[in-house]
Amino acid sequence: MAALFDARGVTKRFGGLTALQAVDFALESGIASIIGPNGAGKTTLFNIFTGLYPADEGSVTFRGRALFGLRPDQITALGICRTFQNIRLFANMTVIENVLVGMNSRIALGLWDVLSHGPRFARTEADLSTRAVALLDRVGLQANANDVARNLPYGDQRRLELARALASEPALLLLDEPTAGMTRTEAGALMRLLRELVVDLGLAIILIEHNMRVVMEVSDRVTVLDHGEKIAEGPPREVQSDARVIEAYLGTRGSAPQRARRA
Amino acid sequence: MSLYSVLAPAAVALSSLAVATAPRSVLAFLAFQGALLFVYLARIPTWLRVGLLGVALLLLMPLIGAFNGYYLEVATQVGIFAALALGLNIVVGLAGLLDLGYVAFFAVGAYSWAIFGSPHANVIFGGGFPLAGVWFYAFLFVGLFVAAITGILLGLPVLRLHGDYLAIVTLGFGEVIRVLANNLDKPINLTNGPKGITPISRPPAPLGLPYGEYFYFLVLLIVVVVVLVNRRLEDSHIGRAWEAIREDELAARAMGVPLVRMKLLAFACGASFAGIMGVLFSAKQVFINPESFTFLESIGVLAMVILGGMGSIPGAVLGATVVTVLNLQVLKGLSLWLNELKNAGVTVLGYSLADLPTQFEPAKYERMIFGVILVLMMIFRPQGILPARRRQRELAHLER
Amino acid sequence: MDYPLLLGIFPQVFLDGIILGFMYALIALGYTMVYGVLEFINFAHSEIFIVGAFVGVELLLGLKSVGLLDGLPWPLVLFLTLVAGMAASGLLAVTVERVAYRPLRNAPRLIPLISAIGISFFLQDLIRLFESLWRNAFNLVYPTIDVLNLRFELTETIDVSVKSLVVIVAALLMLWALHVIVNRTTIGTAIRAVAEDQAAASLMGINVNRIISLTFLIGGAMGGAAGVLFGVQYGLINPYTGFIPGLKAFTAAVLGGIGNIPGAMLGGLVLGLLEAFAASYLSLLTGGAFGAEYKDIFAFSVLIVILIFRPKGLLGEIVRERA
Repeated sequence: MAALFDARGVTKRFGGLTALQAVDFALESGIASIIGPNGAGKTTLFNIFTGLYPADEGSVTFRGRALFGLRPDQITALGICRTFQNIRLFANMTVIENVLVGMNSRIALGLWDVLSHGPRFARTEADLSTRAVALLDRVGLQANANDVARNLPYGDQRRLELARALASEPALLLLDEPTAGMTRTEAGALMRLLRELVVDLGLAIILIEHNMRVVMEVSDRVTVLDHGEKIAEGPPREVQSDARVIEAYLGTRGSAPQRARRA
Repeated sequence: MSLYSVLAPAAVALSSLAVATAPRSVLAFLAFQGALLFVYLARIPTWLRVGLLGVALLLLMPLIGAFNGYYLEVATQVGIFAALALGLNIVVGLAGLLDLGYVAFFAVGAYSWAIFGSPHANVIFGGGFPLAGVWFYAFLFVGLFVAAITGILLGLPVLRLHGDYLAIVTLGFGEVIRVLANNLDKPINLTNGPKGITPISRPPAPLGLPYGEYFYFLVLLIVVVVVLVNRRLEDSHIGRAWEAIREDELAARAMGVPLVRMKLLAFACGASFAGIMGVLFSAKQVFINPESFTFLESIGVLAMVILGGMGSIPGAVLGATVVTVLNLQVLKGLSLWLNELKNAGVTVLGYSLADLPTQFEPAKYERMIFGVILVLMMIFRPQGILPARRRQRELAHLER
Repeated sequence: MDYPLLLGIFPQVFLDGIILGFMYALIALGYTMVYGVLEFINFAHSEIFIVGAFVGVELLLGLKSVGLLDGLPWPLVLFLTLVAGMAASGLLAVTVERVAYRPLRNAPRLIPLISAIGISFFLQDLIRLFESLWRNAFNLVYPTIDVLNLRFELTETIDVSVKSLVVIVAALLMLWALHVIVNRTTIGTAIRAVAEDQAAASLMGINVNRIISLTFLIGGAMGGAAGVLFGVQYGLINPYTGFIPGLKAFTAAVLGGIGNIPGAMLGGLVLGLLEAFAASYLSLLTGGAFGAEYKDIFAFSVLIVILIFRPKGLLGEIVRERA
C-alpha cells in the first residue's frame, strides 16, 4: 500500500537563498510536529506541500500520487488541507459560510443543478448544512454559526480556520502555528481536539509549532529544521535532549552571540 | 392592518391617477416609480407586496403606456439595463472582477441577431436571409451562448490580473470590440461599419399586441428570469465560491475552490445576460450601429451597479432605474423645459434664457451624471443605496 | 510588395513615430509618477491632459482676439501657452487628488479606481459645459501661427514642419527638467523615498501628503504640457479627445514599467514608433484590408499582451509587492 505522505529531498531556493536543503519528511498516521527557529523554512515546506509553489528538487507524493505540478485546489481535492500562519478567513462571510466554502471540493453539483433547484440540489445543500453544523459543533463554534468571521475573538477565529480546513474532508491536515496567540487553556483544548480528530476521523496531522509544551504533549513525532535542513527527528523526549537541537535554539556556551539572539 | 399596508396601495393608486390625468408630467411618472420603490421597501406582508408590484407592472404600466408611449419606452429601457446591471453585478459585485468593457457582450448579442435577422447576411452568404421573425426566439439563446463564449475568451487571458490591471485590460477589450464593429466592413462586410445594420426583423407579436407593449412584457419576463437565476447562483456553492475569491483568492484556492473555472463562470454568466438583451435590443430598435456600444455604455452600467449596491440584486435593479430615468427623463425633460422657457422669452436675473448658447443641451450631459454618481457614491456610500449584506459589512466602516 | 515604397516612407514614418512618442512619454509620466507613490492608476489623467490643451487654446484665441497673436514673438507665445497649460493641469491634478482620492486612500483598491473613472467622466462634460457656455462650441481649433507651419525638406522624402521640431524640443526640455528634479533635488529624493516606502519616508520626517500633492502637480503639469503640444501639433481638440491618447499613454507607462520614470519615456517612444509604423504599413502590407483605423486596436493589443506576458514592462517595475 502506498505511503500516506512522502516527501523526499525537497530543496527550494529563492534567488541566492536556499530555504530548504534536501529535506525528507514522511507520515503515515498520527500527529507530527515540525519545529525550528524562525526562518528555518517550516512555512516554505508547507507551501510546497500544498502546491503554492514548486520545489526546485525532490519529490512529494501523497497516497502514491506525485503532487508536483498540481494546483493548490487540486491538492485539496486529493485530501490535503491547511491553515495559515496569519489567519486567512473570509472576513466578511459568516462562520458557517466559511465552513461551507471549505466543502467546495466535495460538492458534486453542476451549474444546471444550481439553476434548476432540482432535488439533487436541495438534498446536497441540506447535507452540506448538516455537516457544517456538525463541524462547528466539534470545534465549539455552533453558537456562532451566523456571526461574521471578522467579529470573532482571536481564539475562535483559529478554531474556525480549523473547521474550515476539516470541511474538505482531508486525510492529511497541515496546521501552521494553530496555537499562536492562544492562552494555555485554549491551547490545551485545541490539542485535545486534535487528538480526538486523529482517533475519530483517522486523520494525520502535521503541525508547525513554537509552543514547546504543546509540541511535547501532543506529538507522536517531532522534526527539527534549522536553516532549511533537518537536524533531528524522533519521539518528543529524544528530540528535546538532542544536543544539536539545543544548540540551534539557544546556542552553545561560548558561541557567537548572534545565534542566541536569533531564537 | 398596519399603516404601511394602507399607504402602499394608496400610493400606487394615486400616482397612477396622477399620470393618467397629467400624461406629460415627468413628476407624475417619477411619483409612480417612487410608489413602486415604496412598495418594495415597506414593511408590508409579502402577498401584498407581490400583488401590488404585479398589478403595477403587468396592468398599470401598460395602461400608462397607452396614455404616453414614451413612458413605456422608458420602462422597457429600464428593464434592458436592469438585466445588464444584474449581469455586471455578478462579475463586479459577486466575484469582484472589475470589468470596464462589459458593453462588448451586449454588442456581440445584438450583432448576432442583427446580422442574421436582416438582409445584411446576404452580403456575407449570398442569399437566404433575413431569417423569419420567429427565429428571434431561437436567437435569444444563440445570443446567450455567443456572449457567454465571448466572456470566456475574454476571461482566459485576464485570469491572473487583479484590480487596476484587470480593469484596464477589460477596457481595452471593450474598445477593441467597438473598433472592430466600426471597421469590419472590409475585407468581408461583417458589421457594415459605422453605417450599422437595418432593417432587423421582429418576431410576430402574439395576441396582436402593439410592439411597444410586446417588448415591454418580454423585457419584464426576461428580467424576472435573470433575477431568479442571480438569486439561485448567489445562494449556492457557486455564489459562495465567488465571494470567497473576492475575499481572499489565496485562501479560496487552498480550500479547494478552482479559481480558473469559477472566474470564467462569472464572466460567462454575466456576459450571457447581456447577450440575451442584446438580441432583444436589436429586434426592438430595428437598427443598430457601433455608437450604441461604447465605453460610455459600459460605465453607465457600472454606475448603475455602484449606485444600487455592488453584489445586491435589488440594488442593481434600482440603480438601473435611477440612472435610466435620470438620462431618459430628467435630463431630457430639463432640455425640453429649457427650450420651452427659451421660446417663452423667460429671463433670469435680467439675463434672457433665449441668449443661452445653442450648444448647451442638458440632455447630452450623461457623462457628468455618471461621473458625479461614481465619485459621490465612492466617497459617501461605497456600499450603494440598497447594499448587499456582505458589502455593507465590508464598506460601512469607511463611512464618515 | 512595393519595397522601394515601403523603404521610402520609412524615415517619415520614423519621424512621425518619434513625435507621437514624445507626446505619449509626457503624458505617461503623469501616470507613472502617481502609480509610483500611490500604486494607483489616475484614470482622470487623460482629462488633466486635455484641460491643458483647452487652456492653451483659450489663451491663444484670447491673444488672437486682441491682435497680439501675431504681434508677439512666437517663442514667447508658445512659452506662455505652455506655462498656462502646465499650471492649469497641475493645479487641477492637485485638486482632484485632494477631493476625490485622498478620502479614499485606505479603501479597497477598486474604490479609488472607480472614483477616478468618475472624475474622468465628470471633467469631460465639465469642459464641454464651460466651452458651450463660453464659446458656444466645444470642438476647438488651435489658431495657426504661420511660422510653425513652415516645412523644411530634409531630404527628398522627408520633410518636417517647424511645429514638429518645436514639439520635439519642448518635450526634450521637459523630460530633462523632470529628470533633474527627480534625481538632483531634495524634493525629488523625497518623491522617490515616498514611492519606495511611504511609512519609512514619513518616519524620516517627510510630509507624505505634501509630497503626494507635489507628485500630482508635476505629473499633471507634464500632462498639461503634452496637451498644449498636442493641440499645436494636431490642431483640433474636443473634451473627449483625451481618452484615447490617455489610454495609450498608460499603455506606454506599463510598457516601460509602471512606476519607472525612464521607463515611461522609453515606453512612450516605443509605443509611438509602433503605432506610426502600424498606421502606415498595415494598410500597405494587407493590401488595404486593414488600414490605419486599426492603429488604436494595435495599441490596445500591445497593452493586453504586455499585461499578460510581461506585466513588469521593459525596464521592470519598481513597485513593491503587495502583501
